[in-house]
Amino acid sequence: MSDATSTGAGPRPRRGFLAALEIDTRLLGMIGAFFVICLVFNVWTEGRFLTPRNIFNLTIQTVSVAIMATGMVFVIVTRHIDLSVGALLATCSAVMAMTQTEILPNALGLGFGHPLIPWVTILAGIATGVIIGAFHGYLIGYLAIPAFIVTLGGLLVWRNVAWFLTRGQTIGPLDETFQTLGGINGTLGETGSWILGGLAALAAIWGLWSVRRNKVRHEFPVKPVWAEVTLAAIVVAAILGFVATLNAYEIPERRLAQMFEARGEVMPEGLTVGYGVPFSVLLLIAIATAMTIVAQKTRLGRYIFAAGGNPDAAELSGIDTRLLTVKVFAIVGALCALSAVVASARLTFHSNDIGTLDELRVIAAAVIGGTALAGGVGTIYGAILGALIMQSLQSGMAMVGVDAPYQNIVVGVVLVVAVLVDIIYRRRTGDRI
Amino acid sequence: MTIDRSGTPLVEMRDMVKSFGGIHAVDHVTVNLYPGEVVGILGHNGAGKSVLMKMLSGAIQRDAGEIIVKGQSAQINNPRDARRYRIETIYQYLALADNLDAAANLFLGRELVTPLGLVDDAQMEAETRKIMKRLNPNFRRYTAPVKALSGGQRQSVAIARAVYFNAEILIMDEPTAALGVEETRMVAELIDELKRQGIGIFLIDHDIHQVKALCDRASVMKNGQLVGTVDVHRATEDDLLGMIIAGKNPEHLAA
Repeated sequence: MSDATSTGAGPRPRRGFLAALEIDTRLLGMIGAFFVICLVFNVWTEGRFLTPRNIFNLTIQTVSVAIMATGMVFVIVTRHIDLSVGALLATCSAVMAMTQTEILPNALGLGFGHPLIPWVTILAGIATGVIIGAFHGYLIGYLAIPAFIVTLGGLLVWRNVAWFLTRGQTIGPLDETFQTLGGINGTLGETGSWILGGLAALAAIWGLWSVRRNKVRHEFPVKPVWAEVTLAAIVVAAILGFVATLNAYEIPERRLAQMFEARGEVMPEGLTVGYGVPFSVLLLIAIATAMTIVAQKTRLGRYIFAAGGNPDAAELSGIDTRLLTVKVFAIVGALCALSAVVASARLTFHSNDIGTLDELRVIAAAVIGGTALAGGVGTIYGAILGALIMQSLQSGMAMVGVDAPYQNIVVGVVLVVAVLVDIIYRRRTGDRI
Repeated sequence: MTIDRSGTPLVEMRDMVKSFGGIHAVDHVTVNLYPGEVVGILGHNGAGKSVLMKMLSGAIQRDAGEIIVKGQSAQINNPRDARRYRIETIYQYLALADNLDAAANLFLGRELVTPLGLVDDAQMEAETRKIMKRLNPNFRRYTAPVKALSGGQRQSVAIARAVYFNAEILIMDEPTAALGVEETRMVAELIDELKRQGIGIFLIDHDIHQVKALCDRASVMKNGQLVGTVDVHRATEDDLLGMIIAGKNPEHLAA
């Protein structure tokens, strides 16, 4: 503090390039690790890892776990854990599979292919997830059963409720519109993707600008203009680069010809069309944005972090921490249902083992993404990046032909090392957990 | 500074009773507090002073007794109720969420929101800067989580919270127990400032020197019962220790 007073009157102290940008160095570290993983695998696979095709696949494989990981951040921040997300996903998937293949078309007589089916199905899935999640939250918050026990029980219960609902059978094929939410079967196309990218870039610039304007209005210190511009340029380049990559993955010629045939048209000679941004990725972006707003800009989010940082202080400040627990687990339930939509749509059917071991992937993603198990600390973007890192490792190893047991050994080691690095980092920066 | 005790007390706790199982934590205790006054609540650990104060702050519900705020019977069943009566509590260890910054802590549970219903961090930070400029002009770390702050800075955030929301009755639970000499002096100055504004303070403390320096009266408890309430300016340290340890009530000092 004495330093601050002595330099306060003089010129601002010189700061480094990164310090001026005010980017979280943890985030930078994770992005760095991600790039290293990508480059290593790209060399190892002789350039097959960083192709538009593989990046496209990597992206759609990450979505399901990433969606649940955003909710797991809230759970872990409030000092709880949820071991039941994979099983809950299976139950939601089973409910939705039965709804769209049995209940709506046969029992209610809508017939297959009715335009209402996918949407009613998704609502039924979300309702299932919210009710089960809220019930978990009630047991944890009001009856004070540890979350570990409630969700461990939930893992066994919901995995087998899913079995019971489908009699252990694979249910499919799912509704065609429903399937478009799985990934490759539903994309925005090139033009749509560019429009989306443009809008996202504008939104990012507007966001940065409005934060700065707000600070200036209150006469708080702001970053130098060059730093703002640099940051905006990096963000815009990342968004447009991502869109360009997904657009560069072209629909195979034979598939394209079939699509034209289905519409009764003839494919023009030499036509190439890119896939663009999948709907499932769009869904993840929407969820990530909404969850980030909840975390940073709403009372609910503020209370989640306060209750995680100091439950007693939250309680004494008049926050109803029991109801808060119910809300957090209900949110996770809803996200499990949305993950179930993506996961089953990607497979095009509901399988009995859908989501198996997902709870561990989701927890690992959140933890690799910087969520502290001691509570109070975590970010949504970190969890998504964590999910992406895990998926890259796994698919990279599969591509270079690492045997399955070794893959799991590596992922396990990476999880533990990531947490160790995080602990060392926090200790260095004086940020006690 | 003399305290005018002729009018209605700011708050009166009458015949308060609280038992946990078979143990009488607070056994028919009556205390009161006048505007601009600091009343020390003294006693050994387990004497019942914290339980008594928690009934006032709404953290514990009373079994029997009456709380009268400015002459009106008050229903206080939870911390929110207490806040409605302008009763604020400053706890030594429980007060702050370590992972949040000063502004988020100051407004915790009472966030300012934009017309869209989103929390207005910029506005809250501006308000925090304003009040901290008054209470602790050296405070600068507005964007750091409060765990990065010193004990005195943290305590000033907790006090700022009470002051900002116009507390009239303040409960301080050992506000200086974890502080160094300089920081203790700062908190003492803050208490003087609050007294001048007519705020009444219940001060739970173990340190007899501190009590002599800061309090006007002291109510001493032993085994859940009130030993007596004395004028601190006339009582010696030995008188106070006698009350705390032996439960001797020096009648001539009663106040």
